Amino acid sequence: MAKIRLATVWLDGCSGCHMSFLDMDERLIEIASKVEVVCSPYVDTKEFPENVDLAIVEGAVSSEEDLEKLLKIRKNSKMVLALGDCGVTGNVSAMRNLVGVEASLKCAYDELSDNNKGVRPSRETPKQLERVSAQHERVFIDCFLPGCPPPADAIYNILSSLIEGKEYDIFNHTRFGK
Amino acid sequence: MIDANVQRARTKTLTINDQAFSARSDQTILQVARENNIDIPTLCAIEGLSDIGACRLCLVEIAGQRELKPACTTRIKDGMVVSTDTERLRKHRKTILSFLFAERNHICSVCVSNAHCELQKMGAKVGLTHVEVPYLYPKLQVDASHRRFINDPNRCILCLRCVRVCDEIEGAHILDVFARGLEARIIAEMGRPWGESENCTECGKCVQVCPTGALNEKGLSVAEQHKRRGFLPYLTTMKRGR
Ligand code: SF4
Ligand code: SF4
Ligand code: SF4
Ligand code: FES
Repeated sequence: MAKIRLATVWLDGCSGCHMSFLDMDERLIEIASKVEVVCSPYVDTKEFPENVDLAIVEGAVSSEEDLEKLLKIRKNSKMVLALGDCGVTGNVSAMRNLVGVEASLKCAYDELSDNNKGVRPSRETPKQLERVSAQHERVFIDCFLPGCPPPADAIYNILSSLIEGKEYDIFNHTRFGK
Repeated sequence: MIDANVQRARTKTLTINDQAFSARSDQTILQVARENNIDIPTLCAIEGLSDIGACRLCLVEIAGQRELKPACTTRIKDGMVVSTDTERLRKHRKTILSFLFAERNHICSVCVSNAHCELQKMGAKVGLTHVEVPYLYPKLQVDASHRRFINDPNRCILCLRCVRVCDEIEGAHILDVFARGLEARIIAEMGRPWGESENCTECGKCVQVCPTGALNEKGLSVAEQHKRRGFLPYLTTMKRGR
């Protein structure tokens, strides 16, 4: 059987979902025998490749860069899985929507920063969108795995089921806020 | 003691999910379903308080009626044919839950009720993998003025359990609903900060019946915020006996 071309991507999240992925421990070896990781923070790919079978995406859509990435992921992938509450509901990342972009930048760079107080990076940080959104508000998402983070068991179950084309029931393992 | 209602009630027969049942004429569809171990998802209904049909989660189909009816406030009728688990109802339940999540700011991972929240559990129960409508992100002020309790409208689903328990069981009627629709809020004593209420007995019944993290107790960790509801059926029975 040909290996599945798998990508994992990190948008606006804390990387906790990717950590939970690693928490699959020895089951990673089993997964690795069935997939080829073509793009991921784990392998440090710079550009999202073409012909991806399954893209697993952590995080909400907060910046113009996130949105560009997500549109490309959708275009180049057969299946997209939103991983974790930030991707599925907006979660902590979307709490910014309660106060707006300017207030959150002010808090981060002017009020709470220890170094370079009041200096806002202009080049290194992408432009923030007015509204943080869950992934499915922007593109079609094939499957959702809620949880903050989704437990390793949940990731293993959905992933191995998708690889083998079997049905899965995520609510045995996770829910919003897990 | 013989309850006057029971004396007047007749027996009626109805069908729920293709099974025939007989029940008292003054019972609701939800009561008959529960007595017979048929599960209907509910959020605002709670045993011991009046039924108000606020959340609409318990909607059922009745043969011959186009409209869906809330099981908690609909009395049974002779020959009624009820379905509680159809494709249409499953779809509606997901939409209703989506509205509840989208209207306020339910960020479960940072909520005091995470892991023991009825809304969260209901999401998993009806298979809500994601919220199907855009989130509104209203800006809502938390009221932490009370010595012992917090009212966080970000988590409120307007089930009015708190209003009912305070009025019907405690008899204090401190809590009420302010405004309508999306603007509706739970307020204490005509909109004063809860902490300034002179008549709140601090019994905590409202906190215990609240299904989410909207009403919670100060100084308790997430793990300690389990709600205790055992008192409710007991107190209701005592009141009726009076
Ligand atoms: S869902 Fe939770 S663990 Fe995952 S990225 Fe967001 S905050 Fe981190
Ligand atoms: S009240 Fe329940 S659904 Fe709302 S945020 Fe808290 S845990 Fe989540
Ligand atoms: S505060 Fe709690 S009990 Fe009261 S209406 Fe809101 S969710 Fe229901
Ligand atoms: S339980 Fe019937 S409407 Fe809420």
